[in-house]
Amino acid sequence: MNFINLFKVALRAIASNKFRSFLSMLGIIIGVAAVIIMMAIGQGSKESVRANIAQMGTNMLTVRPGADQRGGVRLDPSEMQTLKPEDYDDIMANKRFVSYVSPEVVASGQVIYGANNTSTTMYGESLDYFDIKMWDVSQGESFTEEDIRKNAKVCVVGTTIVKELFGDDAQSCIGKTIRFKSIPFRIVGVLKSKGYNNWGMDQDNVLIAPYTTVMKRLLAQTYFRTINCSAITEELTDEAIEELTTILRTTHKLKESDDDNFTIRSQQEMMETMSSTMDTITVILVVAAAFSLLVAGIGIMNIMLVSVTERTKEIGLRMSVGARGIDICNQFLIESVLISLTGGVLGVVVGWLGTLLCVQFGFPTSIPLWSIFVSFAVCTAIGVGFGYIPASKAANLDPIEAIRYE
Amino acid sequence: MTETNASGRRVVIELQDVRRDFRVGGEVVHALRGVSFKIYEGEFVTIMGTSGSGKSTLLNQLGCLDTPTSGEYILDGTAVRTMSKNQRARLRNRKIGFVFQNYNLLPKTTAVENVELPLMYNGKYDASQRRQAAINALNSVGLGDRLDHKSNQMSGGQMQRVAIARALVNDPAVILADEATVNLDTRTSFEMLVLFQKLHSEGRTIIFVTHNPEIAQYSSRNIMLRDGKIREDVVNPSPLSAAEALAALPKPQDD
Repeated sequence: MNFINLFKVALRAIASNKFRSFLSMLGIIIGVAAVIIMMAIGQGSKESVRANIAQMGTNMLTVRPGADQRGGVRLDPSEMQTLKPEDYDDIMANKRFVSYVSPEVVASGQVIYGANNTSTTMYGESLDYFDIKMWDVSQGESFTEEDIRKNAKVCVVGTTIVKELFGDDAQSCIGKTIRFKSIPFRIVGVLKSKGYNNWGMDQDNVLIAPYTTVMKRLLAQTYFRTINCSAITEELTDEAIEELTTILRTTHKLKESDDDNFTIRSQQEMMETMSSTMDTITVILVVAAAFSLLVAGIGIMNIMLVSVTERTKEIGLRMSVGARGIDICNQFLIESVLISLTGGVLGVVVGWLGTLLCVQFGFPTSIPLWSIFVSFAVCTAIGVGFGYIPASKAANLDPIEAIRYE
Repeated sequence: MTETNASGRRVVIELQDVRRDFRVGGEVVHALRGVSFKIYEGEFVTIMGTSGSGKSTLLNQLGCLDTPTSGEYILDGTAVRTMSKNQRARLRNRKIGFVFQNYNLLPKTTAVENVELPLMYNGKYDASQRRQAAINALNSVGLGDRLDHKSNQMSGGQMQRVAIARALVNDPAVILADEATVNLDTRTSFEMLVLFQKLHSEGRTIIFVTHNPEIAQYSSRNIMLRDGKIREDVVNPSPLSAAEALAALPKPQDD
């Protein structure tokens, strides 16, 4: 029997048991919809994380002290003092693929203004920091090169600090003097609000001051915690990393055989790490949803077995008038594929509607196009896979017994 | 291959010492114990026997649904015993027309579609040829006005006519009827016999398996089976006319 006729026979069989066919489709509909929604949420979250990281500057590079060994003991990077002002000077003198460079020192403590105080972190930076982080001053000015040279006690503040210390009187904070670890700092500017980052940290709870001030007046240390840099463009990140490595190895007088006593991490690396974490979560979600597809497949197999038993006599008749086993097998396979594919189409529609609903509830979603193709492929595979046992059972019936079956 | 007898008629079916054994539990049951006969083109043969006489087994053999344990069955020049399942399916499709006692029509399906069924498994027919052949077959059984009636909208007699049309549609070498009148009332049974006699007069070869001795009077030859062997094989030189018998029946009240 040709394909069109088989198709018609299958359609008729499905139509004559509409409710039953629908119920077995329902499993597929739910399964496919679940897979699509899970993929959409996974993909959407990944994209939103990437967007967040990109906001922080995708060409950012972070140089940290590290991989330093003394007598075979690997030290905690925070105790290491390998990044010196000379490194900063050398980078500034030799950079080609690196556009901005800002050494960083960090101090934590209470900041006080009048009767108010709050716990915060002060970052000592150079002016390039604002370019690296793509962070603007929304009110007032940033500190100047001269402030850096003079170790001036000035700072720019994040909006959280303004809110905590000045409350409603936020406008008037410029020019006011606050105390951080007993040292007075004059506020010269307020940073644009950045909100919380992906790790739930408030990015606006910061003070940024000239790195010289923080090193000399606050910490009395001669080394940097980090050197923040940015590559000229995102594409040149690798060249920039290589360049920094060469400069630092020269400055640190490392021999060929020595390991680097610093590490350079790029924001891209970070993004990839985050992306792969999101991918893992997506895979877990999709696998869970895929189990419902498996159950749906078993449901189809069950209904097809019932259908074969019910139509034993019809099978016997078809065989007596000349149907071969393969004709009967195809007839039932097409029926089960038709059920699962129809379920798949409806499932994609339901999944798409469900995704719209998720957006209403505030989940970031994005349906990857390939997930729709995969759904159809999986549905066909389910139809054939789970339809095969019933179909081959039908094909192997003995026509003599089948025709007399009551 | 085809063999003719003295009067020049073609042999359609030839059985040579056909035996069929079944293994039931540890025992071997001999359903057919060496059956041999020839059926010529244009014969209307009744095969009779009580239940257990082996007539169902013989019918399965003749219909190529089963193969002999030993012996040979030659259908229209083709030896069946060594054929594969698929080859036999094709042979049934081209050479045999079945009429079952329970009609066995597809439910919720029109008369034409039911009759088309055997041609569905014959790639030589396209959709329009198929439909035309089915309409011709239905016309020849007197159902030309009920082409699109569904099987559940028809009487038993009409359903059996559809089944006969289905057996005719592939222009088979032999029509095999299995107790084709047993589920019908007397009047309708005679109508069926009239139809079979008409087909016979048109030159069809018909084998009619039955347990009803009365029907043998209307056929041209009768083969009696008992215990898996042929007990009697007699030619009926002057079969009764089913049409006359039908006319002699009392008319139904609401005709």
